[in-house]
Amino acid sequence: MSTSSTGSWLLAALLLLPLVGAAVVVALRGNDKTAKSAALAFSLAEFALAVVAWVQFEPSGARLQQAFSFDWIPAFGVHISFAVDGIALVMIAVIGLLVPLVIGAGWVDKLPEGRTKGGFFALILLEQALTVGVFAATDVFLFYVLFEIMLIPMYFLIGSYGGARRQYAAVKFFLYSFLGGLIMLASVIGCYVLAVEQNGTGTFEWAELVKVVSTAPLETQVWLFLGFFAAFAIKAPLVPLHTWLPDATAEAPIGVAVLLVGILDKVGTFGFLRYLLPMFPLASKELAPLVLVLAVVGVIYGSMLATGQRDIKRFLAYVSIAHFGFIALGIFAFSSQAMVGSVTYMVNHSIATGMLILVVGMVIARGGSTRVADYGGMAKLTPVLAAMLLIAGLSSMSLPGTNSFVSEFLVLIGSFPNAPVYTIIATVGMVLAALYVLWLYQRIMQGPVRGDALVGAAGGPGTMVDPAVGAKKAIADLSGREKLVLAPLVVLIVGLGFFPKPVLDVVTPAVDATMCQAALADPVQSGERQLQCR
Amino acid sequence: MSVMSSVLLLAQEQAPAPARAEAPPLTAIWPILIVLGAACLSVLFEALLPKHLRWPGQVVLTLLTIVAAGVKLVTYVSGAPAAGETAMFGTLAVDRPALFLWGTLLALSLGAVLLIADRSVEPGGAFVATAAIRPGTVQDRAQVGSTGMQTEVFPLTLFALGGMMVFCAANDLLTMFVALEVLSLPLYLMCGLARRRRLLSQEAAVKYFLLGAFASAFFLYGVALLYGYAGSVRLADISEAAAGSDRSDTLLFAGMGLLVVGLLFKAAVGPFHTWTPDVYQGAPTPVTAFMAACTKVAAFGGILRVLQVALESTQWEWRGVLWGVAIVSMVIGAVLGLTQTDVKRMIAYSSVAHAGFLLIGSIAVTEKGLSSTLFYLLTYGFTTIATFGVISLVRDSSGEATHLSQWAGLAKRSPLLAAVFTFLLLALAGIPLTSGFVGKFVVFEAALSDGMGPLVVVALVASAVAAFFYLRVIVLMYFSEPAADGPTVTVPGAFTTAAITLGVIITLLLGIAPAFALDWASSGVFAIR
Repeated sequence: MSTSSTGSWLLAALLLLPLVGAAVVVALRGNDKTAKSAALAFSLAEFALAVVAWVQFEPSGARLQQAFSFDWIPAFGVHISFAVDGIALVMIAVIGLLVPLVIGAGWVDKLPEGRTKGGFFALILLEQALTVGVFAATDVFLFYVLFEIMLIPMYFLIGSYGGARRQYAAVKFFLYSFLGGLIMLASVIGCYVLAVEQNGTGTFEWAELVKVVSTAPLETQVWLFLGFFAAFAIKAPLVPLHTWLPDATAEAPIGVAVLLVGILDKVGTFGFLRYLLPMFPLASKELAPLVLVLAVVGVIYGSMLATGQRDIKRFLAYVSIAHFGFIALGIFAFSSQAMVGSVTYMVNHSIATGMLILVVGMVIARGGSTRVADYGGMAKLTPVLAAMLLIAGLSSMSLPGTNSFVSEFLVLIGSFPNAPVYTIIATVGMVLAALYVLWLYQRIMQGPVRGDALVGAAGGPGTMVDPAVGAKKAIADLSGREKLVLAPLVVLIVGLGFFPKPVLDVVTPAVDATMCQAALADPVQSGERQLQCR
Repeated sequence: MSVMSSVLLLAQEQAPAPARAEAPPLTAIWPILIVLGAACLSVLFEALLPKHLRWPGQVVLTLLTIVAAGVKLVTYVSGAPAAGETAMFGTLAVDRPALFLWGTLLALSLGAVLLIADRSVEPGGAFVATAAIRPGTVQDRAQVGSTGMQTEVFPLTLFALGGMMVFCAANDLLTMFVALEVLSLPLYLMCGLARRRRLLSQEAAVKYFLLGAFASAFFLYGVALLYGYAGSVRLADISEAAAGSDRSDTLLFAGMGLLVVGLLFKAAVGPFHTWTPDVYQGAPTPVTAFMAACTKVAAFGGILRVLQVALESTQWEWRGVLWGVAIVSMVIGAVLGLTQTDVKRMIAYSSVAHAGFLLIGSIAVTEKGLSSTLFYLLTYGFTTIATFGVISLVRDSSGEATHLSQWAGLAKRSPLLAAVFTFLLLALAGIPLTSGFVGKFVVFEAALSDGMGPLVVVALVASAVAAFFYLRVIVLMYFSEPAADGPTVTVPGAFTTAAITLGVIITLLLGIAPAFALDWASSGVFAIR
């Protein structure tokens, strides 16, 4: 049995193109230059496809579009079926956007001895294919399979190409996620068994399982919910299951850190929306306080630890933990406004934090150190880089006029009616965000040129010091390639800050559908915004 | 004509169980007859062939035997009665599970025999030239360098294989015991035949023999008590007696307990696993592969049959105990596996953990429990054979380099071997798209349907813990710097390459398209008669 709908070839192409790309790049890995060019070409083609898929998508149409499905394991009713809704579509677009930038950013990076650019980029393309699959899968079994498989390329990306403690970080990352995945597997099987008991035949089709499981009694739902939640809370990550992220981010190469924080972690919050709310509406309401507490704790805890970080890459991880707290808050506040805010937050966080990580990577590439204390007054040497760090930073702290402001504002205003106390506490996080972003900027960029990375010891004896500015000569401002990598992100940060409509239009119907599946009603009906269940 | 048919009808009416009275229908058991017959022929080869012809003769004979038995099995299966039939006066039950297990055993032993027959990895083969030489002597050092080997390993393999096939089809406990001895005695010997590290190998053989003898005694005592209870050793009769009678429960439970202990020992289920690491480490690696894959299949075949046929009606009595055993086995396997520094011992503990997972499937006395356990056995066997095949390739001057530290940085020296081994380890860990995942999935699904949620959660946590030690090897191979005087990776000959390829392809195939094998495994249940 196979079914397909209009545009399903697009989705199939989106899934297959990076796989083909990975194979081609591996075959070309003997020559760094051709391998790099091939990888970039494939990632750009994938981006173009994602844009076409976005254009083809009809927000007012069916919930799941561009669908196709094949039988896989008939004995268990497992299908290979993919389709996109608005939420999945924007995430796939973000993947398509970030991967070419990551490849561009890693163009000249030195890799550990014996590793080739081809191998590195092939793994990134493979990871891209798997993450697209995770967002597009509409069979729960298939989703689980891809959820686990996508750990493997990431494991090798961190373990083979990372920093000094990469082995530890890679294993920690893998075990955390694998354990979460296994607990989810128990729930996945549990849902299947429920379907067997109720319908006589089992199925893993998401739409079918939603019907079956959402009518189950509360106690059953709670257990199944907890299984899924464990996996997603580790992935997202919510405090206290977050400890793998700082290690993984700190040890991963910069491009991989972008994918990790920008894409992989979003699978967790995506899972909240796609699986937790529709499948377990009763349990979601029952356990919402738990999630809200974890979310708010994450906002405050992440912000405070980000403020105190001495390592720039770990700083990035804690910033993300704080942001994931906001996303979780918006989802479990149960209003369509906050939920739309959370989905756009997922997009904007990928753009803003992605850019922040890339810029920090450029700082580190120049200074050769990840310690904040090794830098100071860098704006004098690299004014354009400093400006980029400021833009990325301001977006991360949700300054009005940047993309993140729209989503953070929506989350907070939408969450207030249902969860006022949590919202008020989370607002403190905004203040802390200004603190950690501006303080970091001040320490690295402003004041007189100082720090071991820029002058003196780190360069070793005999390092050329430019007498005019008192710093190493090698430190140059952004190259053309680096500007090219950052430019699209700057455009998006400002553009989506003033005109977020394209994203909002696409995600709103999917959010409404999710609200309806979870039998939720908006606490406040405002003007034109009417939640309409079909 | 009509007179004859009426006489026949009369005869049938008089005999309540016609299968017992009929002449043995040999078509069903041809595979067993071929294997055991070839084993006898193989002994004659050993006695009569000139020395230089023995190895090629034995290899050809053994491989042909397995293929011929396989062909006979396939031709029989297509026309076999769905409900199964009995053979040899009711002592063997040839039903769908038995046929599936036979097929699995034959396929796995083909892989194992390919490993056993290889002479390129270790010049002259992995087996000692003259087993009687004392370890550490001048003669012993001489035999290490020689290219002769004890070809007795081939008839021993065939006998063990024959025993295993009878074991998982045995319809009464006495047959099962005889089969148990037929499969065990050759294995004890085979463990002591390693060419290198003779002392370790002999220690393994003695340990295995002593503990195995104990287990056999347990088994036999259990059989005696159950006979006392039911007045019969037939599984169906015991089931009937246990279902409704006011006989002494003490006899039943004591007999049941002793019997199951004997079986669990063979299957290396914790806490009856203590022989496993030593024997896996000391035995020649091809024999370890054979033991780990085939013995596990046979033992669980026996466990399934005993639990589902003979003890089905008493399941609420033994279930709680076996829950505990399964948990202990998974925990021991996963936790002690973490502390191992020898790759063969590590895989041994992994097999203890896997035995726990298999036991979960066996405890679920449902059709799903049966089919999922059968499928798991198939997947685990092939992955294990290929794993040991790869382990045998990493060598230094003193033989196999099984210490984990020697595997550091192997990916730089031999990317292909590292990739294959990584794949196999991921399969053992149960990562999707490998057969290991599908096996775990079906077993857990069967267990959850049968209301064993907590056990499944324990199993999942154990899987996550066990994943750590598999990952550790991957970390060593890929992310560590190679040692200066590290081991070399031998380029395998045709036989070992074939065995590893077979294992890897099946592991991948059953991970991606498991539907056909799942259908085979669920094609029927045990025949109770």
